[in-house]
Amino acid sequence: MRDGFIKVLTEVAKNNPEVMFLTGDLGFKIFDNFITQCPKQFLNVGVAEQSMLGVAMGMSLEGRRVLVYSIANFHIFRALEQIRNDVCYHEADVKIVSTGGGFGYGTAGMSHHATEDLSIMRALPHMTVLTPGDAWEAIGATQFMLNNKGPFYLSLEKSNINSQKIDEVFEFGKIRQLRDGADLTLISVGSVLSEVVLAADILAKENIFCRVLSVHCLKPIDQDAIIRAAKETGGIITIEENSIFGGLGSTVSEVCMENNVGSKKFTMMGLRNEFSAIVGDPTYLRHYYKLDSEAIIAKAKKLLK
Amino acid sequence: MDTKKIAQNIRKRVLKMTCEAQSPHISSIFSIVDIVTILYFKILNLDTQNPRWLKRDRFILSKGHAGAGVYATLAERGFFDVNELDNYCKNGSKFSGHISHKNIPGVELSTGALGHGLPVANGMALNAKLNQQEHKIFVLLSDGECDEGSVWEAALFAGHHKLDNLVVIIDYNKIQCIAKTQDVLDLEPFVDKWKSFGFMVKEIDGHDHEALEGCFMEAKQTKGQPTCIIAHTIKGKGVSFMENDKILWHFRSAQGEEYDCALKELA
Repeated sequence: MRDGFIKVLTEVAKNNPEVMFLTGDLGFKIFDNFITQCPKQFLNVGVAEQSMLGVAMGMSLEGRRVLVYSIANFHIFRALEQIRNDVCYHEADVKIVSTGGGFGYGTAGMSHHATEDLSIMRALPHMTVLTPGDAWEAIGATQFMLNNKGPFYLSLEKSNINSQKIDEVFEFGKIRQLRDGADLTLISVGSVLSEVVLAADILAKENIFCRVLSVHCLKPIDQDAIIRAAKETGGIITIEENSIFGGLGSTVSEVCMENNVGSKKFTMMGLRNEFSAIVGDPTYLRHYYKLDSEAIIAKAKKLLK
Repeated sequence: MDTKKIAQNIRKRVLKMTCEAQSPHISSIFSIVDIVTILYFKILNLDTQNPRWLKRDRFILSKGHAGAGVYATLAERGFFDVNELDNYCKNGSKFSGHISHKNIPGVELSTGALGHGLPVANGMALNAKLNQQEHKIFVLLSDGECDEGSVWEAALFAGHHKLDNLVVIIDYNKIQCIAKTQDVLDLEPFVDKWKSFGFMVKEIDGHDHEALEGCFMEAKQTKGQPTCIIAHTIKGKGVSFMENDKILWHFRSAQGEEYDCALKELA
């Protein structure tokens, strides 16, 4: 996802001198081309996330579109008050970009795992939360973000998959349907999408047909797609490399309950009041925390019993 | 222009606002009234009819709890009608106790949580330098605010980028929320700290109007480094019983006889 993000950023920034990119001393070598092409639009503010958000805020008040970049937890948790009081309250044109969403940093440990960021960013007024599920969605999300004003949170993960369908055009805010089926809906945020698609394809071979939905924009949420899923399919499973508290599971639950379409069968897959404290690579962690295709298949079968 | 009279008018206005709203922080506000008066009436390049004028000097009140002081100053300066201040802290009002920019002409930034103003001022200052703009950025911090780590992250940034269009003013009344700064987290040697971060540092009497004006004028001309003005102030300045019990008046508003006595002293 990151390569696509940088490519789009570079293209947009070249033609829009008001775009400014700040990093909290992260992104070794990966921004070299951007720096070459847009040298006056890049700034390493140092390992100082509160400073970074403040500087971004000050520049945005002066009319710039400012991106801040770091590993998810570093800027959004350390500088959460700056994001809330400065960026969101002022509806500033600041884009918060995270790398390594979910278990992306694997063996680096829980300090680097972004497993509550979606819940917290989603709770902030005026914040748009982008959660692309693969490289193609990340490009679309980045393009939309860079062409629109206001606070955005973009969670980038490690995925090189391109799920674009023939002639498909990226539509901001619209949940994408990647498989159809009436037995269940499998709905996810972020790159765990690949596990969901795999699970759906294996289930289909066993005559269990699932609708697969990718929520590349967690906020604002596409309510219609969720309501349709609740009405048209036999149940809903939400899947996220995030806490189930306040993330996708909560979002889908809220939409269903508020619209009186409480799904007949419903379950949430994600972290439940725990840290991802086990050491392992992202694949291992997905397996351990029961978020891989195997776990999704088992959950689907259990739900349909 | 009699800035002393203007400052007293602002104090009287704040006394009334905080009395009617029964809102706190009057001593913190009185501490900065002279600084803010000189800025708005002598230093800042402004257009009250066009508050977003691109070439204006920017002022950020980082100690947002003194918002009433800035609201009163903006009204006195002509940004909006002083009668609007009667709504201060009333239900449905736009004037919150901690300064808000929403629908209030002249306010650059909403603050309230400490440690936010200087990083934002840095962004404004760096942006002005990148755009080769001439205006200056002033930011007013409290002393207790300097306990915040974000202030020192920002101080590093300002020094590193040689933001000579930035003027940091510290309201050094030596009392923070519930105790003396020297008893909580001693800021001394305060001047040396800012110097070591690359600032041109000036110490002044924060209630001496001539000294303030001279110091601000000089700061505007400083080249190659940001300026930090450590303004020695008196919390509750202007009302003897507030000056005598500085901590208490961080939390109180003057009511009844207290109000009358304070008003008499400010006359």
